[in-house]
Amino acid sequence: MPETALKTRPATTESETAVDVIGISKLFGSNQEIRALDDVSVAIRKNEFFTLLGPSGCGKTTLLRVIAGFEPPTRGSLHLGGRDISRLAPNQRPINTVFQNYALFPHMSVANNIAFGLEMLGKPKNDIRDKVTEMLQLVRMEELRSRRTSEISGGQQQRVALARALAPQPEVLLLDEPLSALDLKLRKEMQIELKRLQSETGLTFIFVTHDQEEALTMSDRIAVMNAGKILQVGSPREIYAHPSERFVANFIGESNFLNAHLSGNRVTLEAGGGTYEAVAPEGVADGKVSVLVRPEHASARPGEAAGEELAATVETVVYSGDATSLHLRLKTGETLKTKMPNGPEQSTAFGEGDAAAVTIAPGAVTILKD
Amino acid sequence: MSDMALNTPPEPGALELEEARQDNRSRWLLALPALLIIGCFATLPLLVMLVYAFLTPGDYGNVVWKFSTDGWVAVLLQRDIFDDTLMWADAHLSIFWRSLRLSLITTVLTLVFGVPTAWFIATRPREKRQFWLFLVTVPFWTNLLVRTIAIQELIRSEGVINLILLKIGIIDEPIQMMFTDFAIGFGMTYVYLPLMVLPVYAAVDKLDFRLVEAAHDLYAGRWTAFRRVILPLIKPGIIAGSILVFIPCLGAYVTPRVLGGGKNLMFGNLIELQFGAGRNWPLGAALSLTLMAIVMVALIYYVRVTSREREDV
Repeated sequence: MPETALKTRPATTESETAVDVIGISKLFGSNQEIRALDDVSVAIRKNEFFTLLGPSGCGKTTLLRVIAGFEPPTRGSLHLGGRDISRLAPNQRPINTVFQNYALFPHMSVANNIAFGLEMLGKPKNDIRDKVTEMLQLVRMEELRSRRTSEISGGQQQRVALARALAPQPEVLLLDEPLSALDLKLRKEMQIELKRLQSETGLTFIFVTHDQEEALTMSDRIAVMNAGKILQVGSPREIYAHPSERFVANFIGESNFLNAHLSGNRVTLEAGGGTYEAVAPEGVADGKVSVLVRPEHASARPGEAAGEELAATVETVVYSGDATSLHLRLKTGETLKTKMPNGPEQSTAFGEGDAAAVTIAPGAVTILKD
Repeated sequence: MSDMALNTPPEPGALELEEARQDNRSRWLLALPALLIIGCFATLPLLVMLVYAFLTPGDYGNVVWKFSTDGWVAVLLQRDIFDDTLMWADAHLSIFWRSLRLSLITTVLTLVFGVPTAWFIATRPREKRQFWLFLVTVPFWTNLLVRTIAIQELIRSEGVINLILLKIGIIDEPIQMMFTDFAIGFGMTYVYLPLMVLPVYAAVDKLDFRLVEAAHDLYAGRWTAFRRVILPLIKPGIIAGSILVFIPCLGAYVTPRVLGGGKNLMFGNLIELQFGAGRNWPLGAALSLTLMAIVMVALIYYVRVTSREREDV
């Protein structure tokens, strides 16, 4: 509904929900045999940069398309600011999308692309002109106003697509892997640009990506998806430091998975060493558990293990400039990667086949659900 | 050193120039057969027509080599038999008007029927499109005259349509459809519909449907999305289709002859008349060239009008 799209946003508090996804399933195929979304529920807060992260085919784009209105959900409902919008057509939802390939209208100039949504809302001509100018300034494209969209670079097209989606002042902005077509340097620039736009406009951004680094650096909260389900929702720090299950841990960052024994809130590794304090997630009972240790949270020194250190053998030494990674073999046969920052000294103290003593930082052990 | 000097290849620039020259020559050679055909069988006959248009008609057809502009004058004007004054050739004017009107109507009708058909085909699953395209092109496999006579069977007074309407009692006496402008328009729409469907199909096939989604996302309803996004993007196909339908319609000969009868002549029939019973080849040649000129002007105008762009906000 045009009116709702343009009504001024009320002052919001941190916890207010913008988009409420309630039990949405989406089945595809002639016999509904493909389950793209499987009973997905998530509440996206107002003014937050929310990222849907997952490998390709995990359902993140389908969820975005359901929110935009391009795909009707098979089951479940969708609320926007408390109102059920599940049955509304895309043009009736105060939600705009930045498409993966930008989908700029090739037969229109940059300015007319940005003006399109405003024209459809029936805004007066003067307001449209002013708003287009404002948007062009926002994305720093004033001088390309009357260019054809085919005459500008990928990064510039990206900015036009953003301006076009922001111009009608939607309540929610959806971004479908908008940076994937850009080269690395431009992608970094646009990441910062997007963050700036989000804080300047105060909009709710729902961002889809398969790039974990992008997700970690940009998001307020991340939902990690796999096989049509949301596995975990949390801040980048929570997701990275305390992944709830092996898939999440594996998908984000580098991981060591070790067998351990849980008793109360104390974990003992099978490979030996001391005990570590850790909070068990819901549904994990005492006994045999699987734990995660990030490589940068484990450090090694040459020599035999003593005290609470783990005994290991160096298998490979990988030098990568700022850091050195060691691939270690523990006495249980498990492998453990460590990553330690390089100091100013010339050479590493490790050789392949050497004995090493490993220390795991306190609080670095995370118990996984699976 | 001396060995190397001996083996030195020619300057790189010179080599490239030589290659480019050879490239150019082989391209001309490739184009030669087509150029010969166009020259001998298109340009030359046109020049013959141009010359004929300025000659005097012979008594039994053909031309007499005597300069005259009578052929051109007769395109629009006629001389009174009694007092030699010039006046408008009403018969010609009404034929021009009918040709123009029927060609325009046919173009519009093929658009009305062709665009949805093309859209339907282009939105089928890719493997099913071949079948629909095949159906569209089936009429091409049958002789035009046979198809036109088949239409005659449909619309004549004792034809299928009238019989059915009479049987179910909607009409009391057969509707006269044969030998009317309706019959010609109906026939031409049928004959030229595939020429509209195919280019429009090609344009819709290339259309990026994500742009349509983008339009909906930006608050455009179905009709607005069609008018503002789809239509401009499939315009090249619509222009190509319109040209492919309009031009042959203007010069159509078989369809108006069979379905329009002797009264409802079109441009093509008028030209044929001059080279046949009329025995006025210069007039026929002048009429042909006039038709060509009309088509050219119409084309240029059409392309100009349809390629105009919206102004910036």
